Amino acid sequence: MTVDPTQIWIVIVGLAIGTFFIRWSFLGLLGDRELPEWALRHLRYTAVAILPGLIAPLILWPSATGGNTDPARLIAAIVAFGVGTWRKSAIATIFSGLITLYALQYLLA
Amino acid sequence: MTSKQTISKSAFWAGYRDCAPFILVAAPFAMLFGVAATELGMSLVQTMTMTVMVIAGAAQFTALILLQDHAPTLIVIITALAVNLRMAMYAAALVPYLGKASPGMKLLVAYFNMDQTFGLASTRYPVEPDWSVRDRFLYFVGAALSITPFWVTFSFIGAAFGAAIPPEFSLDFAMPICFIAIIAPALRSLPHILAAGASVICALAFSWIPFSLGLIIAAIIAMLVGAQAELWMEKRKK
Repeated sequence: MTVDPTQIWIVIVGLAIGTFFIRWSFLGLLGDRELPEWALRHLRYTAVAILPGLIAPLILWPSATGGNTDPARLIAAIVAFGVGTWRKSAIATIFSGLITLYALQYLLA
Repeated sequence: MTSKQTISKSAFWAGYRDCAPFILVAAPFAMLFGVAATELGMSLVQTMTMTVMVIAGAAQFTALILLQDHAPTLIVIITALAVNLRMAMYAAALVPYLGKASPGMKLLVAYFNMDQTFGLASTRYPVEPDWSVRDRFLYFVGAALSITPFWVTFSFIGAAFGAAIPPEFSLDFAMPICFIAIIAPALRSLPHILAAGASVICALAFSWIPFSLGLIIAAIIAMLVGAQAELWMEKRKK
């Protein structure tokens, strides 16, 4: 799978400049002005509003198995999610997911 | 050495120490990013430029996924930037503590304004009333310099050696797992859970819309769901 290198460079530069501007925004440019409450209320949910929707198709229809639902990957994702919400730990989430995936792939093979 | 300098020095090392535990999380994330970027066909130079210039794992992974889906360039940039919008909120929250810092200091803090550094600073600043603006700045930089070298190094290791990892390790799944590791611990309130649920349902329902625009629509709906749920819960409490 290859992507046009020019497109990649444009994305890198655009993302770098845009991200820096967001990080600097209110601190550097707007000084002491406070964000209105309604804006803060929406900003709080930006990450949690995008990331789950972004990965849901990758978990249900992984390209590694030709877009067909793969029981090992699906169960590993569910286990990782369960451990992550329960333990609130990123490391526990990653390891539980990968161990489940490898164990199931070994057992189902 | 005056006592003022003593605080400054200790503020830097306090930040450095406080941020050290996050290295354990950042290192595997960075390595998996390097691997995923190489798998997509990014060169080592491209991967490292992105890692150093963007230093925002979730947004970098978002860009990779959308590039892989052959989404238009503008959509890739907008969606990945939307993932970073929360940092505008961080910048605003730092104003009471660093608003009087020099423009140069502010540029450096902005560059290092991440989940980890901001999270630590916003917890520490209120309980350190004796800290000068310089102390606060050094605390922030100390925290950033503790984690960033590992972020860059492990990204390089992933990018340089990722191709040698055999396919049996299913590293395609590293990306979803990393995202689950970001999302699951963040679901700390009912509005967060409802927003995440709305995001999944709407993204799947709108996946037929071209140019990955369905995801942006799903994200806007999910954001409104989270904000409305928060309002509703506040009203019920009264």
